[in-house]
Amino acid sequence: MEIGIPELQSPPSGWRRKHLLGLEELSAEEITIILDTAEVFRRLMNEGRRRIPLLENKTCVNLFFENSTRTRTSFALAARRLGADMIDFSAATSSLSKGETVVDTAKNLQAMGVEAVIVRHQTPGTPHLLAQHLACSVINAGDGPHEHPTQGLLDILTIRQRFGRIEGLTVALIGDIAHSRTARSDIWGLKKLGAHLIVCGPSTLVSPRWAELGVEYCYDLDEILPRVDVLNLLRIQFERQLTRPFPSVREYAHLYGMNRERLARAKPGILVLAPGPINRGVEVSPDVADGPHSAILTQVTNGVAIRMAVLWLLISGSRQVGS
Amino acid sequence: MERLLIVGGRVIDPSQQLDRVTNLLLEDGKIAALDALPTGREEIIDAQGKIVCPGLIDMHVHLREPGGEEDETIETGTLAALSGGFTTVACCPNTDPPIDTQAAVHFVFERAARANHCHVAVIACVSKNREGKELAEIGQLVEAGAVAFSDDGSPIANAELMRRALQYCLMFDKPILSHAEIPELTAGGVMHEGLISLILGLQGMPAVAEDAMVARDIALAESTGGRLHIMHVSTWGSVQAIRRAKARGVRVTAEVTPHHLTLTDDALRSFDSNFKVNPPLRSREHLEALVEALGDGTIDVIASDHAPHAKEKKMQELDRAPFGVVGLETTLSVVITRLIEPGHLSWSQAIEKLTINPARILGLNKGTLAPGADADVTIIDPELRWRVEPEELLSKSKNTPFAGWELKGRTVLVIVGGRVKFRR
Repeated sequence: MEIGIPELQSPPSGWRRKHLLGLEELSAEEITIILDTAEVFRRLMNEGRRRIPLLENKTCVNLFFENSTRTRTSFALAARRLGADMIDFSAATSSLSKGETVVDTAKNLQAMGVEAVIVRHQTPGTPHLLAQHLACSVINAGDGPHEHPTQGLLDILTIRQRFGRIEGLTVALIGDIAHSRTARSDIWGLKKLGAHLIVCGPSTLVSPRWAELGVEYCYDLDEILPRVDVLNLLRIQFERQLTRPFPSVREYAHLYGMNRERLARAKPGILVLAPGPINRGVEVSPDVADGPHSAILTQVTNGVAIRMAVLWLLISGSRQVGS
Repeated sequence: MERLLIVGGRVIDPSQQLDRVTNLLLEDGKIAALDALPTGREEIIDAQGKIVCPGLIDMHVHLREPGGEEDETIETGTLAALSGGFTTVACCPNTDPPIDTQAAVHFVFERAARANHCHVAVIACVSKNREGKELAEIGQLVEAGAVAFSDDGSPIANAELMRRALQYCLMFDKPILSHAEIPELTAGGVMHEGLISLILGLQGMPAVAEDAMVARDIALAESTGGRLHIMHVSTWGSVQAIRRAKARGVRVTAEVTPHHLTLTDDALRSFDSNFKVNPPLRSREHLEALVEALGDGTIDVIASDHAPHAKEKKMQELDRAPFGVVGLETTLSVVITRLIEPGHLSWSQAIEKLTINPARILGLNKGTLAPGADADVTIIDPELRWRVEPEELLSKSKNTPFAGWELKGRTVLVIVGGRVKFRR
């Protein structure tokens, strides 16, 4: 589809991927292509373009096995803005509850003629399993605590917008590192682009083995605050914890909750992110969440641009390679 | 009189410290003589360039029948065993219903006799219905022919039950085979807890879950004098504990699987459920400790833990897919290729761990070529090269972790009770 925007004539020559399963396997160049493409979409939307019909007559399916509001809506909106149809598939009402396997379900959807399956699942590796069995593109919208690449990308985009670069920044991820897919995608993506990463939280949720991957680990938030440029406050994933990793929410908020007193000890230009949904009063106090350092709502806007970029690159990029 | 003369093979029988080129005569289902010369009244089997050894014994196999016939049957499992060079397999009792009654033991023997492939020894449940609550009728199960007791698939979490089982089996001189795992430490686990599980975000099963249970079981065996066998040892810590226990005379033996000797948790990066096993594939330092423990005798036995699962069960999300891999048809070749060829084990050591050692633990008059023993013989071509193609396996299930591996050495002929049962 020709829409008269030079950057969107065709996907950049460096783009060859059909699936987006994680940021671990992407190169710095590939990540930069997605970020730059998202900036083009963001610019067009800021100019008031509601529809950029690059994916007319294409169909995507949201295959969500876990609850989601923002990611699911964000993908649906991204697809609609690109002119694609979006099918919403809810696991609770499907034949999966009648015993059909996830692979069979996905194959059935594919047989209906879809170009991309956007999958969220509680088990790491399920998008990879589908990618092995499907001919269409598979986008990981979160697989358990493994990866959530579009969330990672929108975090990186938000940071890049604020600082103009990633290289040389110190980014700290706070809280439930063990169960956070956002943490893993952030870590891979930001490291590839040259940031220094710190993971900080209770010792039951922060493995010392992160050091083997070149990530600093720390249990003391107050120690790292003066030297970080970006804080990402991860949600405590109560639903994934089989046993309680800390004695009480109150104690957690006391040790790791981000509030005004703590913020006063941070660098003046600190950027505060949260992948949400946030537990107000636990990970972050309301005055910080709604304060000038917070980019929580910018993240949501960037999410649509990132997902438009990913859908367009995967669907038109891989077709190009195939032909 | 049925007479079979195996001519010109390299006869390796660790039970007699034997390793030389000679002839072996079988008569009426028994080993008759070494160094026999042809008289013209024997059927001759030419074994030049081949290895002739006692029929291999796999003391840890899941035949799935009754109840899991979509995964394996006694017929298909024992045929796969022959193809892998095994003349005896010991089957685990975690079937449905579990093997915890005389009738269930008789059923297995009856099916095995009907299949008429290889011998099947029966491991029966420690606890009634494998529930880990009260002892099964062990005395009656021994009368029916059970050779050992295990609740494998699950650990015996209750220490008092384990203590009673070890004590009770003293009067029958039968071993308890322990699947050593502290369940609270592995709940929800999919793979080894380590760097790879950290990266993949998969729920880990820490090595200490095995270490701590092995330590408990050894303490119970030591205090009762009972016979303990640790199944599928997978950790450095277990190896240390077993080594120390043996040194002070505890009656403990141990086995290890080919997959724990050759694969690490790194394989899970593919998210392929054919690498999902329990205990999980560990990291390199554990693997190296296992190989060393085989060499120094800390680990007595190599067993496959053959655990067939139908494709539709394995082709699921990683946390839903069942644990286990098939192994009967790859064990010997993996041992040759990855342990004997690189020099970790001699032929004699490897065959010892696949013949006389499991025979002694299970109390079988097998695993030896001494005259008078059952004429179970495996002939191996040490040079035969092959590639593991899952669809070519005879097991009903194809869930091998060795798909695509190029292996060297394979069974070419198997004799059970003096009869040629398999020829490749």
